[in-house]
Amino acid sequence: MENKERKIVIPGEVVIKGGDYLPGEGTEKKGDEIISLRYGLAEEINRLVKVIALSGVYESRRGNVIIGKVENITFNGWVIDMGAPISSFLSLTEVPRYVDKSGLSEVLDIGDMVVAKIVGINARGIDLTIKSRGLGKIDDGLIVKINSNKVPRVIGKEGSMINLIKKEAGCNITVGQNGIIWIKGDKVEDELFVKRAILFVTENSFASGLTEEVKKWFERERKK
Amino acid sequence: MNAAKTFKRPDGRKVDEMRKMEAKVGVVPNADGSASFSFGDTIAIAAVYGPKKMHPQHQQDPAKGTLRCNYNMLSFSVTDRIRPGPSRRSTEISKITQWALEPVIMIKKYPNMVVDVHIHILQANASTRCAGINAAILALAHAGIPTKELVSSVSIGKLDKQLVVDLNKYEEDWEEGEGATDIPITMTNSGKVTHLQLDGKITSKDLKEAINLASKASKEIYEVQKKALKDSLNIK
Repeated sequence: MENKERKIVIPGEVVIKGGDYLPGEGTEKKGDEIISLRYGLAEEINRLVKVIALSGVYESRRGNVIIGKVENITFNGWVIDMGAPISSFLSLTEVPRYVDKSGLSEVLDIGDMVVAKIVGINARGIDLTIKSRGLGKIDDGLIVKINSNKVPRVIGKEGSMINLIKKEAGCNITVGQNGIIWIKGDKVEDELFVKRAILFVTENSFASGLTEEVKKWFERERKK
Repeated sequence: MNAAKTFKRPDGRKVDEMRKMEAKVGVVPNADGSASFSFGDTIAIAAVYGPKKMHPQHQQDPAKGTLRCNYNMLSFSVTDRIRPGPSRRSTEISKITQWALEPVIMIKKYPNMVVDVHIHILQANASTRCAGINAAILALAHAGIPTKELVSSVSIGKLDKQLVVDLNKYEEDWEEGEGATDIPITMTNSGKVTHLQLDGKITSKDLKEAINLASKASKEIYEVQKKALKDSLNIK
């Protein structure tokens, strides 16, 4: 494998040979071979080999910002559905202001969308917080759902892609790691424009030099 | 070996020749992973959902994840309409498929969760369980489920005294001489057997020969599966 070159691997396939590589996520070491355990793109950075999954359900990680829907209200918090296999919980103590135990539904009601951050994952489930800037209830805007595996492409290298879309459309965009995106602009047309741009990115997510492609796409769209 | 050369199969294939195989990944857009696989006229599609929370709750296993397979033959898949819904046969094949796949699937890290595999036979001309398993492993890989390696499944048959690869329905009903023996075998790419069934009579020497034939055939199937997975992404 050439340096930084990515290739598609299938389970059981030898990704790379040689003794001095370290098995990362989705790989296993057998003798001097690194074997893939998943279907996805293999890449090697600083002798660490890992396989990035391209499909499948969202795997939650600590620190991820996600967007979810309030599924249920319990006596001390909210159950949030974010499309992960285990249920997630937003505790009353993780809300930045004082909430009366009888007034939970005034803060977040069933069906509300919320931007939250994962603080911990344990056997019981996922714990969320909204005690940080940019987190909290979503009042208006547009919600777009994409495959969670394509989130890194929508964000781009160090946010290059999302910043480009934000600049071109003049909208505020929050991308949840679980594949739910919140678009907030002044006009509905702007929001729909961003939605089209994001769908363009997800459809062409394997193209190299995608940011350039999207720039061209914006030029074409502007001319229309 | 002479008998192998003169032996005539009803459809003109050589004794170790398989029917035309086709595999495709991503055929069910709403599933987390899906694939289709066909041996000639036998077509199977598999869809994978999950990992997701196990329901009913009493079946949850807090120590490891569960694999749940469901094999179903569509009512129009055979020449005579079959009654839709679960039957003794389909329940058995569901269980067999699960056992064939379990050794390679690594779902220990998903406690209380289940990975659902639904296999549907669109068209049947024997070897449906093998086509189902081949489609299922592709769908599982496509769903991003950690897997040690791929498995390939093939049915070896004994028609009278001759071993042949990949039976079709006509051969399965062979009546001359000793009749037909059907041996579906599932193997990993490295040659480990995860599933072997035997329906009929065979000597231990012939059984060894059958496994050798299966390992050769599974290499062919593996290439088809590998190609399907690699081609499903068009990286420019």
